[in-house]
Amino acid sequence: MRDSLQKERFGRKGAASPEKAGGALLVHAAPRSKSKAWLGLIPFFVFIFAFMIIPAGSLLIGAFQRNDGHFSLVNFSKLFRPNIISSYVVTIRLSFTTALGGGLLGFFIAYGICLGGLPKGTRSFMSTFSGVASNFAGVPLAFAFISTLGRMGLVTVFLRTVLGIDLYASGFNLYSFWGLALTYIYFQIPLMVLIIQPALDNMKKEWREASENLGASPLQYWLHIGIPVLLPSLLASFILLFGNAFGAYATAFSLTGGLINIVPILIGAQIRGDVLHDPNLGYALALGMVFIMTLAILAYSWLQKIASRWMK
Amino acid sequence: MKNGTATRKAMSWFWLILGLLYFFIPLISTFLFSLRGKKGVLSFVAYQHVFADPKFLQSFLFSLQMSVYTIIVGLVLIVPTAILINLKIPKAKPIIELFSLMPFVIPPVVLAFGLIKFYANPPLTLVSSPALLVAGYVVISFPYIYRSIDTGLTSMDLKVLTEAAQSLGAGWLSILFKIILPNLRTALLSATFLTFATVIGELTLAVLLAWPAFGPYMAHVGRDLAYEPAALAILSFMMTWGSISLIQFLSHGIPGAKSEIGGLH
Repeated sequence: MRDSLQKERFGRKGAASPEKAGGALLVHAAPRSKSKAWLGLIPFFVFIFAFMIIPAGSLLIGAFQRNDGHFSLVNFSKLFRPNIISSYVVTIRLSFTTALGGGLLGFFIAYGICLGGLPKGTRSFMSTFSGVASNFAGVPLAFAFISTLGRMGLVTVFLRTVLGIDLYASGFNLYSFWGLALTYIYFQIPLMVLIIQPALDNMKKEWREASENLGASPLQYWLHIGIPVLLPSLLASFILLFGNAFGAYATAFSLTGGLINIVPILIGAQIRGDVLHDPNLGYALALGMVFIMTLAILAYSWLQKIASRWMK
Repeated sequence: MKNGTATRKAMSWFWLILGLLYFFIPLISTFLFSLRGKKGVLSFVAYQHVFADPKFLQSFLFSLQMSVYTIIVGLVLIVPTAILINLKIPKAKPIIELFSLMPFVIPPVVLAFGLIKFYANPPLTLVSSPALLVAGYVVISFPYIYRSIDTGLTSMDLKVLTEAAQSLGAGWLSILFKIILPNLRTALLSATFLTFATVIGELTLAVLLAWPAFGPYMAHVGRDLAYEPAALAILSFMMTWGSISLIQFLSHGIPGAKSEIGGLH
């Protein structure tokens, strides 16, 4: 019995690495050190579960409970109240508008940089720049826009006194939808520049040259080459910008003082004081948000996968 | 052909200038606005007021302290994890990358809600402890920290370096402290500055967990005063600019280093 076992062990050892004893030793050691390595990931996973997954999961459970703790779907039917529907609609409209506006402007800026013809340092300057601008958000950004486009803001005053255009008389208000949209676009543009740049860098110069040599017009080039190649990246970036605006709380809170009816503000108000008189409805509201963000990230990952076909 | 190039160049300039205007007009307005603290003349009075307010320093120091804790906890948690994954269990990489997308799916406002709900009652009453705020900050900054460290690890030849050190008889501790961490210097510093830039003016978690941090302080000043908020905005902008420029300066020339995409909006 013992003999045969030993034989087997030796046999395996011989098969694994006949030339080096050290190699065989490694083969034996590998599984144990591998499972030990997995143990090393425990602190990280414990942390992430304790402070992200489980608390978020507890909201999910709360969303499926009545106030007395029984399982129920009643919170989701309450999501169809007019004021809640309208807050989702406004948030989606805001995210869509700023993702489109910021995305287009950011794309054209990034494309211009890629085309060349601009001074040499433009590229690295713009990349630092976009890094700063996309991180410059929240309270200070709100202040900057109040100083610019608020009632006493310099641009507002300039337009009124020098050009005779009274923004506020013509219906503009910084603390409403369009004011918030202009403010969001401030961080959406640089974010777009940062995320679309790699995709633009992958557009080979040869493609355009080849198509031009074959007699294609710029329109044909874009229709048959440019847009098909770029489309997945463009859509993916758009979705990222959309989600970025959808979850934003700090900028909206400090600009409007919590008065605009968007979902993050509603959730924040729910935390600060029970405005809905119904904590479980608050959980459902948060769950609705997580649901939309999950759809966004799934679409993003899928589009990134398609886009990566052209990345080499 | 020549005509086409000229048009393209003109278009590049057009969009670039439009973008720069969008970026600079609010900054310049804010700066000019911040100088109007005294009637009729341009002065730095608003800045003096900001610095004279004891709550300014208190809240700033509080946030600074929180950012230091966040950086320490974040690095201690994420650096070993990232090294293990790159060196021993590449299989786990997709899992961690999936987790690094989670803070996007769970925006700070929802995270705050979850933390408050889950940690409000015994046995785990953490709501009134700054530890919960730090934990939330670590969750928020985890994707940025992980990405910087991962970029740093993949850009050095981790496997070859460790094997070489091992064959020379180095133990794990000396490999970590004498080989890996020194090579990871830049990535560690990038992660540090990015976390700092994120945490120092953070509003959502701080305001919802009711901490006297710098973000809520700024929001409070904005409600009561006119010119001081503009001064605070300029100061914050300079801090962000400083942090990001340092990161870009440090990561210059590292293959695969990307501009950091981050920020809490």
